[in-house]
Amino acid sequence: MSHSRFLSLSRFRALLIKEFIQMRRDRITFAMMLAVPLMQLVLFGYAINSDPKYLPAALVTTSQDHYTRAMVSALEMTDYYRFEHVVGSVREAEALMARGDVVFVVTIPSDFARKVDRGERAQILIEADATDPSVASGAISTLSTVASRALLRERGITPTEAEANRQLEVVVHRRYNPEGISHYNIVPGLLGVILTMTMVMMTSIALTRERERGTMENLLAMPASPLEIMLGKILPYFVVGAVQVAVVLIASSLLFDIPFVGRMWLLLLAVLIFVMALVLLGYTISTVANTQMQALQLTFFFFLPSILLSGFMFPFRGMPFWAQWVGEIFPLTHFLRVVRAVMLKGADMPAVAFEIAVLAGFILAYAAIALTRFRRTLD
Amino acid sequence: MHAIDVHGLVKRFGEKTVVDHVSMMVEQGEIVGFLGPNGSGKTTTIRIMCGLLTPDEGGGRVLGYDLVTEALKIKREVGYMTQRFSFYEDLTIAENLEFVARLYELRPVREHVDRTLEDLGLTSRRNQLAGTLSGGWKQRLALAACIMHKPKLLLLDEPTAGVDPKARRDFWDEIHRLAAEGLTVLVSTHYMDEAERCHRISYISYGKLLATGTVSGVVREAGLVTFVVEGPGLERMVSEIARLPGVEQVAPFGATLHVVGSDEKLLSDSLAVIASRPGVTVTRGDTSLEDVFIQFMSKAQDNMA
Ligand SMILES: Nc1ncnc2c1ncn2[C@@H]1O[C@H](COP(=O)(O)OP(=O)(O)OP(=O)(O)O)[C@@H](O)[C@H]1O
Ligand SMILES: [Mg+2]
Repeated sequence: MSHSRFLSLSRFRALLIKEFIQMRRDRITFAMMLAVPLMQLVLFGYAINSDPKYLPAALVTTSQDHYTRAMVSALEMTDYYRFEHVVGSVREAEALMARGDVVFVVTIPSDFARKVDRGERAQILIEADATDPSVASGAISTLSTVASRALLRERGITPTEAEANRQLEVVVHRRYNPEGISHYNIVPGLLGVILTMTMVMMTSIALTRERERGTMENLLAMPASPLEIMLGKILPYFVVGAVQVAVVLIASSLLFDIPFVGRMWLLLLAVLIFVMALVLLGYTISTVANTQMQALQLTFFFFLPSILLSGFMFPFRGMPFWAQWVGEIFPLTHFLRVVRAVMLKGADMPAVAFEIAVLAGFILAYAAIALTRFRRTLD
Repeated sequence: MHAIDVHGLVKRFGEKTVVDHVSMMVEQGEIVGFLGPNGSGKTTTIRIMCGLLTPDEGGGRVLGYDLVTEALKIKREVGYMTQRFSFYEDLTIAENLEFVARLYELRPVREHVDRTLEDLGLTSRRNQLAGTLSGGWKQRLALAACIMHKPKLLLLDEPTAGVDPKARRDFWDEIHRLAAEGLTVLVSTHYMDEAERCHRISYISYGKLLATGTVSGVVREAGLVTFVVEGPGLERMVSEIARLPGVEQVAPFGATLHVVGSDEKLLSDSLAVIASRPGVTVTRGDTSLEDVFIQFMSKAQDNMA
């Protein structure tokens, strides 16, 4: 019988089977692994993404002519706007928006009716509070056509698209966050966020649990190599990650109708590399932490900046330079670039090869840290 | 070749020296008892020997392998039973044994597990979670698991704590049978009767090895004399006797008192007063291993003070 020092299939199998059994027995964790991503997807997905309706709006107008009334009722008919305030001056309206009382300010100039009657190009101004860009985006996107159709109907003309656009110019100002994010960005991003949280959290207690239950002493006294222990611990979670990916992808295509223009295999490749990096990161944390509590704290210490600086919450290029630098050290940052490029822009392999290579680099780095940090003794 | 040949082992945790220059030689096939009060460093010493802790000083060989550089080889040929149950409580008995069998690359796994279960008498409970076993059964499972791969050296840390007398008797019979086949055993225990079943004992206190040898040798070297006092109203005499010059220990044993001291002359003179009372007899008795240990412990406390 030959004894390999670093990796023996029999020993690896022993550890793998043991981990799978323990995972299966731990019903709550097992359920959480599937329920949590779904719940997060639904919660975040709808909370962030939903097309919010009946948003409070203020109308700035000086006249009460029938065009204005038609415009207001057309906007209200879209169900997006609820005009709660009618004010006479821009300053009053701005104060309302600054206080957060209204999300939109619709300004109809005093010469509006005159211009429409003469057949000149009329303007209305819609200001949207874009601090949370997804809130306003649905309302704004429907606005232009709705408004011009209403106007033409009011003049007794059956509108064509071209006519409508010539007749009315809707000027949209996004306030506070001029870049705006397409809400399609969010669901693919959520995939990365959900995986980051669950994968790292579950694997971060891999070794600490053995240590706290006292089983580490026995495990270390038996001939298992650090590499075997590591692989035995992370592989089951890698499988869980794969299942989560499937769940999130299927659910997001059913629930959110995200256009998927890229190549599926490329997305899956990126996801698997990303998940591998995450379980290794979690395992690395568990070689450092002494207790499960510490492991969870470290996980969150990693998770929060991951979310904030990866480009999930704020547009990456909009962050200060130093923050972009920090952001580069999170796998999520690179994953987001790949997943958005592949899912939304249909990017092919050469376009994302660099980011995928960076993700693979994380795997090597984390594995190296974990293996050197792993203590073969109880010291 | 000695199964254990270590010298000058030192282990410190922070400021505290827990193992203080411990040297130990154990022949192949020997059963050595490892005794000492709580916190004296038994577990720590055993952990060093199976490569679970690195000594701060000292070193040596276990089964011919270097303690520090060849830990993996040592692990493969040593069976270590931890003081605290450290198998997986959320795995069944059979699953735990399968895990161990695969880790040691025993083939076929199934056969090894079945035989071990049968020897244990746990075949019918093979699918019970290990965590639901009673304390004594956990000990027996752990022991069975650590001899499954036929180790050359067994390091047992209080293997019979909480085990019933019959199972303990079986356990010691098994240990002697294995030793006869050449297995070496180092076993820590707090039970005197178990110490007496060892070929040799080592006594450790505050990290220092104080005595080593056969039970009778250790007792002899301690140089203690024991008198047995019998008679009416013994309970009332205890404190009186304890104050007499030369008396180092007084302990009631059933209807008698054992009085122990190291100066025979002084002790017998002191006890003469007691012996002259009506109905009281004082005779020479045998010093037991326990008397010797109690003596060690009280001395160690004096040193600490
Ligand atoms: N990891 C550790 N860190 C700090 N101190 C430790 C550690 N492990 C053991 N000790 C200390 O070392 C001393 C010896 O402990 P050890 O477990 O070796 O004693 P023992 O002889 O096995 O005792 P017992 O009979 O109670 O099992 C104790 O004072 C203990 O507090
Ligand atoms: Mg101990």
